Amino acid sequence: MFSTDAPLIPRQEGLYCPEGDFYIDPVRPVARALITHGHADHARAGHGAVLATQQTLYIMALRYGDGFAGHRQAAEGVIEVGGVRVSFHPAGHVLGSAQIRVETRGQRVTVTGDYTRSPNSACAPWEPVPCDLLVTEATFALPVFRHPDPAQEIRKLLDSVAAFPDRAHLVGAYALGKAQRVIILLREAGYDAPIYIHGALQNLCDYYIAQGLRLGDLRPATVARGKKGDFAGAIVLAPPSAFAATWAQRFPDPVICFASGWMMVRARARQRGVELPMVISDHVDWPALTQTITELDPAETWVTHGREEAILRWCELEGRAARPLRLVGYEDEPE
Amino acid sequence: MIGAFAHLLERLAFTPQRKGKLAHLVGYFRARPDPERGLALAALTGGLELRSVTPSLLRGLVSERVDAELFALSYDFVGDLAETIALIWPEERGAQDLPLADLIEELQSTGKAALPAVIAARLDEMAPSQRYAYLKLATGGLRVGVSARLARQALAEFGGLDLHEIEELWHGLVPPYTDLFAWAEGGAKPVSAARAPFRPVMLSTPTDLKALQDLAPEEFLAEWKWDGIRVQAVSEAGTRKLYSRTGDDISAAFPDVIAAMDFEGAVDGELLIRRGAEVAPFNDLQTRLGRKTVSRKLLESHPAALRLYDLLIWERRDWRSEPFAKRREALEQAVTRLDPARMDLSSLLPFDNWEALATLRADPPERVIEGLMIKHRASPYLGGRIKGYWFKWKRDPMLVDAVLLYAQRGHGKRSGYYSDFTFGLWDGDQLVPVGKAYFGFTDEELRALDRFVRNNTIDRFGPVRAVEPTKVVEVAFEGLNRSTRHKSGVAMRFPRISRLRDDKPAKEADHLSALLAMLPER
Repeated sequence: MFSTDAPLIPRQEGLYCPEGDFYIDPVRPVARALITHGHADHARAGHGAVLATQQTLYIMALRYGDGFAGHRQAAEGVIEVGGVRVSFHPAGHVLGSAQIRVETRGQRVTVTGDYTRSPNSACAPWEPVPCDLLVTEATFALPVFRHPDPAQEIRKLLDSVAAFPDRAHLVGAYALGKAQRVIILLREAGYDAPIYIHGALQNLCDYYIAQGLRLGDLRPATVARGKKGDFAGAIVLAPPSAFAATWAQRFPDPVICFASGWMMVRARARQRGVELPMVISDHVDWPALTQTITELDPAETWVTHGREEAILRWCELEGRAARPLRLVGYEDEPE
Repeated sequence: MIGAFAHLLERLAFTPQRKGKLAHLVGYFRARPDPERGLALAALTGGLELRSVTPSLLRGLVSERVDAELFALSYDFVGDLAETIALIWPEERGAQDLPLADLIEELQSTGKAALPAVIAARLDEMAPSQRYAYLKLATGGLRVGVSARLARQALAEFGGLDLHEIEELWHGLVPPYTDLFAWAEGGAKPVSAARAPFRPVMLSTPTDLKALQDLAPEEFLAEWKWDGIRVQAVSEAGTRKLYSRTGDDISAAFPDVIAAMDFEGAVDGELLIRRGAEVAPFNDLQTRLGRKTVSRKLLESHPAALRLYDLLIWERRDWRSEPFAKRREALEQAVTRLDPARMDLSSLLPFDNWEALATLRADPPERVIEGLMIKHRASPYLGGRIKGYWFKWKRDPMLVDAVLLYAQRGHGKRSGYYSDFTFGLWDGDQLVPVGKAYFGFTDEELRALDRFVRNNTIDRFGPVRAVEPTKVVEVAFEGLNRSTRHKSGVAMRFPRISRLRDDKPAKEADHLSALLAMLPER
């Protein structure tokens, strides 16, 4: 159990800071919420007041409309919330994503939110935030997850496009973050042909472009009736859920690709009917997670969600204090 | 290099379509040098003789490097031992690409005691996908959905060669098949050194009563088409081999037949399980297939026999260019010298016109008959599916009206369409799943089925959708076997959706008892 004088306490609504009377990434509507990033399971509508980065606020407005919260405040520098000093620091996960640093009850706490340390040109890079208590995610916390260089995964896609010029390549990628990262990686690999996108990606891609990211020639993946051949040899991005919809029927003999950290595991890829798994993750893999704990060297590590058993075992082997929060409501990778 | 081979395995594993797999294989054969491509071909066709590396050896290796609890958690998540080890193995040195030939040679020549250390050292030098390929190679289970025949087919496509010629040569060649690849690239055709080699099998084309009307009945002979497996039995200069019709050597599973091959020549026939005069259902034969050794008990309970159709070589004379009628006479003579318990003759059926044959076909004397074979008297024995000489006139398929229960999306051209269906029959007031079908329907029917699934989904299990049990389809199938793996206790052969029965309400679909009544009697 967590004592009432702990710096943070897990509750059904989410992670709660008693001294400042606020929640971080609450899964239910609360009076005061600090939001790490714009993925739907972390950033929900209906809070009284929201504190987040300017970009996350904008993304929430895109998703939920302008009235998603009663009051909102853009995080800049150190801010006092209910007498507690908080600050936001880049997490490298998606545009606007942040780790939240909280100083409460004599402790420096870093809540990572979702983060990755691998190079991600689609947002500001993760930076270390020294702390006494590290509250980390553990989505890919198994030693089997060592995510490869994303450039190499993009190469696989381009090789397949070259090998099957008559087929469309349908790349499943989550609308916020992953899609734009895949597009940028393709551009970095020298691919300058138009990339076709599902309607659900349009708004967020537009926002990335407005924020100065170069996504190149993007076109809507719409098709005039009876012109399947139009997409032969093309790369088309869509949220994975679109593959189950009749939407996918418009493409000529498509190669189903999926950009996700889960694609490391064959059974996961096959289960989804993926022909070309691309291991591209916006989360820390096992080496990065263990490296983060080692480098920050916190007095204690708390694990929010994911595969916490393995990282707890690792902490035990390393002689580090750690405990699971078992927060519910966060998806493995939101769709 | 192991890297290129690993890449091939990965592509094959994720490519569901046959055509796509062929393209990957052909591309690999084109890009890779000897002996690597030949060794890869051997690995895919089961032709590599490797010391078998056991799962317990691998577990032992990994336990020295990784905490047991972390490994257990990982294995639990990944679900495949070789894959878990490939992913979790700590990277000691930088990955290095090693020649496939060296790795195979090392696995073949290393003694059992030294093997674990050798494997561990190799894993240290590899990248994860290479470790996976290496471990799969070492444990002998590639499981990438490529049959030996598909691999040979890819070789034929790669070199513009005739698959039958490759199959004929196959058993005389050894890995890494350098001579075969040289032939594929325009060199000389290798000379097979095989004793008792396989000869390309003659195949038939389907026919029906309407098509037969154009042919003169008196020019043809007819016999039953038995439901076993078509084989070629070759006994030459002391070597005896039993081949499947694709040229796979299945001798090891049928020592009883091999022992009875007391002749000099090559004959064509049906392999059956026969107890005295009674031919057992196909199911019984299946229990003997694919074995490396057969127990005495199984030999007694499931005795195998050949029912002879044709004669290719006899007493060193090649009969294949002779007309079928003449070969048949020679076969009738030959069979008198063989053990009747193991070798008998497929008898000819008397008929004056096609209608008379139709009557016979409608009511065959045994369930273990798939239909009729109709062969031109003048037909030579030619490898492959040659039109105009041999015809098969199969029995009408069995039919049931079943209710759609579950659907799953297809691949490739069917991406986005629900095209794989599970259907069920009534058992009391419950619907019991009895089979799966993913073809038989037209494109238009597929669109209708897809629409039905989307509009009538009642539950989802991952990629599978359960649908409202209201859609009745006619399912056609070629035969029925008892099966302990299926909930219904039976397994259909080649089930397909032959018709949508939108005229029929679900409660009028067939009952399981109607299906069970179609089982061959024991």
